[in-house]
Amino acid sequence: MQLAVNIVVLASIYALIACGYVLIYRTSRVLNLAHGELMMVTAYLLLTTASLFSGHPVTAVAAAALLGLVVGVAVYVVLMRKMTGERVLAAVLATVALGILLRGVVVLVWSAQQQYPAQALGWTNVALPLPGGAQVSAAAAALVLTTAVVYAGLFAFLRFTRWGIRMRAAGQNPLLAAQRGIRLHAVFALAWGLATFTGGLAGMLIALDSGLEQTMVVIGLKAFPAALVGGLDSLVGALAGALVVAAAEVLLIHYVNPLLADVVPFLVLIAMLMIRPWGLFGTREELDRV
Amino acid sequence: MPFASGYFRTSYERDMRLLDTRAQIASLAAFLVALAAFPLVASSFLLDLANQFFLASIGAVALMLLTGYAGQVSLGHAGLMAAGAFTVGILVKEAAAPFWLTIPAAALVGALLGVVFGLPSLRLRGLYLAVSTLALHFVVIHFGAEYETKRGFSTGILIEPPSIASFELLDARIWYCVLATAAGATVLLALNLLRTRTGRAWRALHDHETVAEALGINVPAAKLTAFVITSTITAVAGALFAYYRGFVSVEAFSLFLSIQYVAMVIIGGMGSILGALLGAAFVTLFPYVVETLIGFAPTPERFASLVFAVNYAAFGLVMVLFLLFEPEGLVGIWRRLRDWFLLWPFRKRPLAGSR
Repeated sequence: MQLAVNIVVLASIYALIACGYVLIYRTSRVLNLAHGELMMVTAYLLLTTASLFSGHPVTAVAAAALLGLVVGVAVYVVLMRKMTGERVLAAVLATVALGILLRGVVVLVWSAQQQYPAQALGWTNVALPLPGGAQVSAAAAALVLTTAVVYAGLFAFLRFTRWGIRMRAAGQNPLLAAQRGIRLHAVFALAWGLATFTGGLAGMLIALDSGLEQTMVVIGLKAFPAALVGGLDSLVGALAGALVVAAAEVLLIHYVNPLLADVVPFLVLIAMLMIRPWGLFGTREELDRV
Repeated sequence: MPFASGYFRTSYERDMRLLDTRAQIASLAAFLVALAAFPLVASSFLLDLANQFFLASIGAVALMLLTGYAGQVSLGHAGLMAAGAFTVGILVKEAAAPFWLTIPAAALVGALLGVVFGLPSLRLRGLYLAVSTLALHFVVIHFGAEYETKRGFSTGILIEPPSIASFELLDARIWYCVLATAAGATVLLALNLLRTRTGRAWRALHDHETVAEALGINVPAAKLTAFVITSTITAVAGALFAYYRGFVSVEAFSLFLSIQYVAMVIIGGMGSILGALLGAAFVTLFPYVVETLIGFAPTPERFASLVFAVNYAAFGLVMVLFLLFEPEGLVGIWRRLRDWFLLWPFRKRPLAGSR
């Protein structure tokens, strides 16, 4: 039972992070390898907002998440805007470089020590008992809930709102979308903002659960296989992929070898790339023509 | 002037030659003399720096062949180096093997891993290929870490300096000669490879895979050879690194190392062996330059404990700036400067393809 709970919690962590990869890839065909770092930056921003709104955890988290949205939009406007239309790879490498830059900046601003934003907020993380003798921490429960809300929100956003439809159009055919008067730069900036917002939510909740340090980047990177296994351009896929990767990770750690923790997602990724590179729910990329 | 200002080649042999003009031969000879004289005058710090540069340049040239010429992206370069280094470490620890066994073994492991890293490239392209090499990097590192913990070397494996008949290779000067020779051999190998059928096939792959196939190039074979050859070189570089440092640990082969190699290729300039060397020099010297600059800052004590963070931030920033403003890299700057002096008062090269 505890195993099942662990799988669900880990899957929702991965799913919440993975939807950022999917949003950006789906709209602008850029793989954002700085997603882990952006998520970490937002989580560190929580430390700053926590000192402003101590005693109001929800306000502080909301403020930090909104700051994360601003950071995401700023990243697009300052850096990635210049990379649109460049070769895909140059854009990916730009995100890699951005990641390195952010890692350095985070240490310079907030120091390399492990921090506990939960303390700064004056919030205690209690363990909630579940039927079947399993336990789940309050932050983890909040994480599962947040994932559910975020995904429901994203589906509604992409289906029913004007900006969501614009985003889908830009992802399907940027040229035609631009012809119809959709401002691509605004749409792409929104995708970056939303991705950082959702990733930041995941980062903050992980930080509330188990403290905050540089290794959070690794979690961000481990969520990437979840996005790819499901298909890089499919939100449903990200959910399914997160479940597959999390289940594989938890079960293999429990039954085979705890050292495997950092490598299981990548093994799943390699297996998927061998069998079905476009993922479970993704669309097959077009062949290039002469 | 060591360079021709125009395209004066009149035969195919002339076009294929590595050294174009007599002045180029002369300047290369002068460079070699300076290289040979360097260890006689340099301090031990400078010598270590030069050795680091040679090690980096071997890996950078290999990655340049793969990414800059064959167009196959790899984010798993550090994994291959780790494989070479760990082959040496394991053979030395388990079998007390001498270096003339371990280095070929590392090359063999590199070649095998080259096939493994290369197989996904037969199906995947661009982004997906980069991701698969990234994943393989983590797998290789995992095996290294598992060996370390299982055998109780959790902090790393110590390796004694290699010895030839009770003569130990310890002195930095001797290392300088060894590494300079290795780097020189790699550069020569790369330059010659690029003049062969294989090298031309790689360039065709880079430009357009479908067209390359239509021209009769065996695309899968060309891709696999690119991976195998460059992985072998990289693994040997890793093995040399292990011997030079006398220490192997997974921490030395983090993702950051892969990114550093990619940065060498980008900062140096894609599609140029000279670029790989310039990039290797840039990335090797960069942390020392940053450290010196911090020394000039108004409050150096404040940053002293954060040198690595400043390094990270500055490195990321430089990489971003190169990608944004100088996609052709250092070699692009060098070419523009050279052409400006060579061609003045004219602006453009007469023939686009001439070097």
